[in-house]
Amino acid sequence: MKSMIAYAVLSGSLLCTTAVVASDRTEDYINALTELGFPAPEDNELVHIPPTMEDLEQSGMHPELKRVIRRGYDLFTNTQQLRGENVFNNMNCSSCHLGEGRMPFSAPVWPAAVTLPGYRGKNDHVNNLEERIAGCFTYSMNGKPPAYGSDNMVAMTAYHQWLAKGVEMYPDKPIYGRGFPAPERPEELSYANGEELFEENCSVCHGEDGQGLRVDGQTVFPAPWGDGSNNWGAGIVRLVTAAGFIKNNMPLGQPLSLTDQEAWDIAYYMSSQERPQDPRYTGDIQETLEKYGPTFHKHSLYGQTRETDGKVLGDHSNTGDKDFLKPESVHPRTFE
Amino acid sequence: MNYLPTTILALGLMALDGWAFAATTGDASRGAEAAATCASCHQSDGSGKNNEQGEAWPRLAGLNAEYIAKQLQDYQSGARENATMKSFANMLSDQQILDVARYYSEMSPTHDQGSTEASEAVLQRGQMLAERGDWSEYIVSCKSCHGPDNQGAGAVFPGIAGQHSRYIEAQLKAWQAETRKNDPQDLMGSIARRLNDEDIRAVAAWLATQPPELTAEESQP
Repeated sequence: MKSMIAYAVLSGSLLCTTAVVASDRTEDYINALTELGFPAPEDNELVHIPPTMEDLEQSGMHPELKRVIRRGYDLFTNTQQLRGENVFNNMNCSSCHLGEGRMPFSAPVWPAAVTLPGYRGKNDHVNNLEERIAGCFTYSMNGKPPAYGSDNMVAMTAYHQWLAKGVEMYPDKPIYGRGFPAPERPEELSYANGEELFEENCSVCHGEDGQGLRVDGQTVFPAPWGDGSNNWGAGIVRLVTAAGFIKNNMPLGQPLSLTDQEAWDIAYYMSSQERPQDPRYTGDIQETLEKYGPTFHKHSLYGQTRETDGKVLGDHSNTGDKDFLKPESVHPRTFE
Repeated sequence: MNYLPTTILALGLMALDGWAFAATTGDASRGAEAAATCASCHQSDGSGKNNEQGEAWPRLAGLNAEYIAKQLQDYQSGARENATMKSFANMLSDQQILDVARYYSEMSPTHDQGSTEASEAVLQRGQMLAERGDWSEYIVSCKSCHGPDNQGAGAVFPGIAGQHSRYIEAQLKAWQAETRKNDPQDLMGSIARRLNDEDIRAVAAWLATQPPELTAEESQP
């Protein structure tokens, strides 16, 4: 009995020590974010700042697990190593999920590890973490996902779960800084203004033609449109997502420096450019729109006529650098 | 006979082309002559010097030509301030700036000769800042703009791997103090202002230890 109490006291104090360290880190991040103008967490929000790779090294986890999580980290931050196999554009996971997928307001990836398996409107069935990651490969990387259960897929899910360490499964509270929270959509969006702003603020890194910049076969600045970019099925083709990403993250190192109108106008301009076809394309843009408009493309400019030249966006069969349209792993599930 | 107007047109276009070429690119051999005055500080191999006192002289060898040219133009215009460099830059014509820039860009990059003493812990912090950043302070990594292994990305983001530590320190402090602000959109300034003195020392020390370009072996596919 005595020893049980001692154990309880000991584990209590150990928990406290860990909690203090984690709360210090959380405080540092929240301070840095609020100084930049991001909102402080609301009382009812779940706040989690993931552990770092240094924390991993210092943890007591099995060395083999550490090795696999490290591999997941490496794949996340240098996804181009899968170029031609799983990735067919210039993106890394960390191109959109800044700070190695750890940053609030930059679509931190750990929520996927604690909210999935879950129902997803985009494909109208329950997805697990692997299928969610497969979605990024299919659309944002214009590619073909690593096979379910493969070494690379397990390594990536392990990295996601490591980032979620300590968070309860299926939390009830809303998550602080989840996704790319967007400012309210202004009444009018201007292509011309977006174009001018892009040239002033974005083109130094992302190029006049949105081609981005690659050096020695590695992506330094991702392509916001064109064959090197995400395809028409990626989350960021939704204007609200693009505006949120831009407002919260761009220019790099200067979040929230653009006005809401500016962020939306740049998003509108960027989203009015061509990119590889949506893998869900049926061969007919109107039919594709009918199928995927209500759940997805009502937020994008896919199938709409560009005001500057009358071009119908997405009305083509260009799949970019890959020689297939839809990876075989994309299919409905019925659980019957 | 029918070919004549086309030929004349073609010759005319070629001449125009030649003119545009001369105005936007430099000539390394002409640059070598114009750079005679640069060598006393930047050295004949473009390696510069990590002076322990006074200003460190940056390595120019292997830096991007457009980047070097822009810096010289900025010294002339006052967009980048440095009393010594202003007087040297003012000796150069517009064409000479392009020539000198080409000359240095074509040299093999040299490597800082380990003139900085730094502890393992300091170097580790430096490596973290250079390769991953410190997002708890919203410090993005050097690599995210300066490219793979910090060896430079395009005409705007110079290679900083292997650059002299005291030069890197001085520049980061100049951005902090806003005495240097010729970066596009304050991209460097906004990060420099989030670094503390230890961060600056650490990142400069670590970068100085790094190779300025891939070795022949590493660049094999």
